[in-house]
Amino acid sequence: MSALELHDVVVEYDRRGRGAVRAVAGASLTVQRGQIVGLVGESGCGKSSLARAAVGLVKPAAGTVLFEGREVKPLRRRARPGELVRLQLVFQNPYSSLNPRRKIGAQLADGLISLDHSPRRDRLGRARELCELVGLPAAAVSRYPHEFSGGQRQRIAIARALAADPSVIVLDEPLASLDASAQAQLANLLVGLARDLQLSLLLISHDLAIVRHVADAVSVMYLGTMVESGPTRPLWELPLHPYSEALIAAVPHPDGSGFMPEALPGEVPDPGRPPTGCRFHPRCPYAFARCLEEEPPLVTFPGGREAACWLQRAGMAPARPADRAAALANGAGVE
Amino acid sequence: MSLLEVEGLRVRLPTLHGLVPVVDGVSYAVEPGEVFGVAGESGSGKTMSMLALLGLLPAGAVVEGAIRFGGHDLLRLSRKRLRDVAGRELAMVFQDPLTSLHPMLSLGQQLTEHMRRHLGVDRRTAERRAVALLAEVRIPDPQSSLHAYPHQFSGGMRQRIAIAIALACRPRLLIADEPTTALDVTVQAGILRLLDRLRRENDLAVVLITHDVGVMSSIADRVSIFYGGRIVESGGRQEVLQRPRHPYTRALLDALPHPEAARDQPLVAIEGTPPSPARMPSGCAFHPRCPYALERCTQEIPALVSVNGRRLACPVDPLRTR
Repeated sequence: MSALELHDVVVEYDRRGRGAVRAVAGASLTVQRGQIVGLVGESGCGKSSLARAAVGLVKPAAGTVLFEGREVKPLRRRARPGELVRLQLVFQNPYSSLNPRRKIGAQLADGLISLDHSPRRDRLGRARELCELVGLPAAAVSRYPHEFSGGQRQRIAIARALAADPSVIVLDEPLASLDASAQAQLANLLVGLARDLQLSLLLISHDLAIVRHVADAVSVMYLGTMVESGPTRPLWELPLHPYSEALIAAVPHPDGSGFMPEALPGEVPDPGRPPTGCRFHPRCPYAFARCLEEEPPLVTFPGGREAACWLQRAGMAPARPADRAAALANGAGVE
Repeated sequence: MSLLEVEGLRVRLPTLHGLVPVVDGVSYAVEPGEVFGVAGESGSGKTMSMLALLGLLPAGAVVEGAIRFGGHDLLRLSRKRLRDVAGRELAMVFQDPLTSLHPMLSLGQQLTEHMRRHLGVDRRTAERRAVALLAEVRIPDPQSSLHAYPHQFSGGMRQRIAIAIALACRPRLLIADEPTTALDVTVQAGILRLLDRLRRENDLAVVLITHDVGVMSSIADRVSIFYGGRIVESGGRQEVLQRPRHPYTRALLDALPHPEAARDQPLVAIEGTPPSPARMPSGCAFHPRCPYALERCTQEIPALVSVNGRRLACPVDPLRTR
């Protein structure tokens, strides 16, 4: 049984008088126990909507979300079901999710109340342990959020999620807006938590370099759909989808070599009016006639990989989109 | 003579604890057509040292030193003269184009205002040039975009528009403060390519301020590493990023995820946190976090010394001790 499973999830938002926008248009994703899965894509691709659906903050219009085999019922007016306390979410900006007027210890203790009915004294002791678990001094419990740096505050937000003794944490851009060193500390912390506590993490990030370093598996999202997923290293070395290829080529190299990253022309289209056929075709350098008409299905490849591109076919060895397109242009065909 | 020469720049800001130095003796020069990269963590003084150039520091700030640009010392000019000189030949692009673009004015108005004031051209000429500028930064359909407003464009396009406005009076120096930080990598690459083309074709000098070493590594010719309000190391891009000599530069580079590193190898984070300007450590500002710190590092502020075409403020030099 997987820790977290999303099947064909659809998330729609109402726009007054203009019909619904489909932010997530049928996306699936699996996170195994103790695994770190990175979810990448440009802004507006539906990553955050999918994260919210995964923890039950928005109601999917279709599809299912399973947490440890049980369906996640979206949040309504009633209290969130007790068992969902072990499915936690960490937001991008800890400054807006932490209460500025309460001490860290009190905020961590909140997460403990739902879990047990131990005396208050013990809860403070556990709060101190949580601080140490995320690499902060135990004395942090008697301080306020503003006394910490951005990276430390993000660790406090993670400590608060850990207070509920979770098995899955969904993190929405936890590393954005942090300096390199703070980013490194947090990335190491996440890897440590997954390894030591067998925690499952869904890490949403637009920083591909850090996802590559931290995640066991990666899912690439474009305009509400998954275009590719698979184990991190093979996906990086041989991206099967032209969009994954473009994302990887756009990452700058901090090695002083003067490498100039590749730009991907065009913009993410309006999800209210997605292109026909393959959603990526207007920006795809290899698009051919079929891509304009038919949406490619997600096809499984050896090594736990999946890609949705007409250039890749089940049963054929995976190849670079550029090589496939060249073969196609030379009349070899993909049929 | 260099296009821009900054000498002994010192900026102090008023706080509850009195005047606090945020830039403490910074000197550098920028040549025409060069991209000069400025990197450092937040609070290292990189942005404040650039705002000083444009007279944009908060009220009550005390600035000392000299900023020579186009035959003037910008710090000695009156506000009006500074506007005439800097407004025309110096331009700045900020991180978030939505805060620097006016939401209620059309692109045409924002692009031509500058030109009419500083170049004294008539409206028709200014508009013709505005169309050419939008085309240069690759905004589709530039003619009708003149009548559009910022909210009608995506983040990447807005940053291109902000760059077009900055270029309106053909400046000789563009200061770009985290110009791609708020953008997706795919769009970031487009902006970096645009800046690279502008400096090659127009001989534009660019000061690129960023906390992202990858961004700096793609277009900067020379780089300066800021820490605690000072430059700790500077030199050619390749030398500094491939053979860092200051322990801080080295630590900064080690903290980055390396594409070839094994996944289970943890990233090397720098111990401790960056210093606060109000409580700057004695001696070298990096000494509390430095693995090589000696007794003297806790007492003397190391001078920035030139060695083989590079400047270094460290008596230890980890390359030599290895």
